[in-house]
Amino acid sequence: MNPEISAEMVVASLRLMAPETFLAVYALFLAVLGAFVGDRGARALSTLTALVLVVAAVGSVIYAPLERTEAFNGAIVVDPLTAWAKGGLLLLAAFAVQMASVVFARDGSARFEYPLLVTLAALGMCIMIGANDLITMYLGIELNALAAYVLAAFRRDDSRSSEAGLKYFVLSAISSGLLLYGASLVYGFTGAVRFADIAAAADPDNVGLIFGLVFVLCGLAFKISAAPFHMWAPDVYEGAPAPVTAFFATASKIAGVILMARILMEPFGDLHDRWVQVISVIAGVSMIVGSLGALVQTNLRRLMAYSSIANIGYVLMALAAGSQLGVQAALLYLALYLPVTLAMFAGILALRRQGEDLERIGDLSGLARNHPFMATCFTMLLFSLAGVPPLVGFFGKLAAFQATLDAGLVVLAIVGALATVVSAAYYLRIIKVMWFDEPVARMEPAGPTLAVTLAAGTVLSFPVLVVLLGPLETAVRAMSALYGP
Amino acid sequence: MAITAVAFYTLATITIVSAFLVIAARNPVHSVLFLILTFFTTAGLFVLMGAEFLAMLLVVVYVGAVAVLFLFVVMMLDIDFAELKRGFLSYLPLGGLIGVILVAQFLLVGSAWVSPENAARSPAEFGEGGTAEALGRILYTEYVLVFQLSGMVLFTAMIGAIVLTLRQREGVKRQNVATQVGRRRTEAVVLKDVKPGEGI
Repeated sequence: MNPEISAEMVVASLRLMAPETFLAVYALFLAVLGAFVGDRGARALSTLTALVLVVAAVGSVIYAPLERTEAFNGAIVVDPLTAWAKGGLLLLAAFAVQMASVVFARDGSARFEYPLLVTLAALGMCIMIGANDLITMYLGIELNALAAYVLAAFRRDDSRSSEAGLKYFVLSAISSGLLLYGASLVYGFTGAVRFADIAAAADPDNVGLIFGLVFVLCGLAFKISAAPFHMWAPDVYEGAPAPVTAFFATASKIAGVILMARILMEPFGDLHDRWVQVISVIAGVSMIVGSLGALVQTNLRRLMAYSSIANIGYVLMALAAGSQLGVQAALLYLALYLPVTLAMFAGILALRRQGEDLERIGDLSGLARNHPFMATCFTMLLFSLAGVPPLVGFFGKLAAFQATLDAGLVVLAIVGALATVVSAAYYLRIIKVMWFDEPVARMEPAGPTLAVTLAAGTVLSFPVLVVLLGPLETAVRAMSALYGP
Repeated sequence: MAITAVAFYTLATITIVSAFLVIAARNPVHSVLFLILTFFTTAGLFVLMGAEFLAMLLVVVYVGAVAVLFLFVVMMLDIDFAELKRGFLSYLPLGGLIGVILVAQFLLVGSAWVSPENAARSPAEFGEGGTAEALGRILYTEYVLVFQLSGMVLFTAMIGAIVLTLRQREGVKRQNVATQVGRRRTEAVVLKDVKPGEGI
């Protein structure tokens, strides 16, 4: 029934998947190298890994094919969208490795397995982005998730870290179960695992297929921490080592959202009127839970967790439109939102007083008087997250609302607008604490890596006045055209 | 044909009875032993269907590794299973309700079932080499990517297990082969002339 794969085809496919192949080989090499060098060489291996990830990111973008190409008989798809997405997430992974190497060196817990696990997680995400059938999709998710559990529990002597790892593992295993059950139903009712074949066989009146689709969407919603599947996020974001949290909050979102967009638009593109309610509800609940939940938080990392839940809500709101415009808005939103989040985490990592990491909002008290640079950066980032006009966050939200209203989902747009107002309250509260409260003692100097990340993210939160936004929008438009109608 | 039918009904009966006994048995060790019996008879059912590779896999992986591991866990850990089972009946209303909902959903989904064309192929169609060869051929060609990716997943699991459990303990005595071999008789043995009745 299926054409045989020849050796030449395998080689050609591997060449097409050059970044993944490169990362897989590097991961094996790193495991051997690390076993010889041991934890003393952890710092050097982290730097090497960050470089390798950057090289893979650049390679992915440079060697991107100009149109949709399929590898391994259609199991993986490579096109400009996946190439740029891989480039972005590998870059974020490189930051995660580099920031972690700074943080772990501070408390002397550096271990060489950290860069190795981040590499494996990044490999899994690349597979998720390119996945074009149910089996590859599941394996990509699992590869990423297995590495993620261990990363969350990486500080195994810290009870909060262990708790985070365990919670993440148990809840993620349940969601994998949902996903697999849904995938088996989809396969059972269409007889196909390739997305294109599923699209051809999809019948909107088939109860079993819709049933399977809902399960698959629930499983995926868990992976991107959309409410009501978000329970793990605050605990994991708080308990996991901070650089790991930064990695979860940025890179995994790219992979999850692109996979979600592909699932919605490709195999189930014709079933839009069936899944639109599901995605609308998930989006609406995420925005509400994210905004209201963040109001009562005192811990910065928990606050960021709720903020990310709310932001995923906006992305899903754009996707609910089920149109080109919707996918465009979702991609634009992600591209604008992620650098800001990464910079926020770099800033949180830099908060340190007398050898102790600070993560409470109260610790920021009077930051503006002692550290005007840091406070200014934080303020700009928070304004951007709140969606205040001259900053990029506004343009992302604008695009998302445009797409939603264009598709006639008025109620969802109103819920989104209300959630934006609520979320502005807690972002502004932090700004108030920084600028108007009494200052506490000075922080320790942040070091170059964190300061540069913080500053770069802040610069990117200005739309570098239309210069950057113009080409980005064109690129996003071109990429979203690769999806079906 | 009659022999196959007799074999099928015998194996099927044993499977169902032993599967029931897995949850009904009082002694957890007996439960695990019944589980192993269930695996064996299921393997027999697979052979009857012509899926000898699956039968082999079931015996090697589940009986050989998983079930024996269970047996060890059950025997090693001091878990009071009678204590665990005590509140069983009080959960019955809620559990029963969930069970009924699940069954209803299965029926709902099952009623929409249309068998796709390619699902009807029986394992017997694979010809000479049987299912093992057919599976091998498809795994290493069509699904080579998936196969290799599964390898990476297992690799990650292995690294993860080591990261989370390996601890460098202080004061552990390790064998050093070089010192052991390089030891001489003069360092190790002292000749004492012990007088009778005095000790060293």
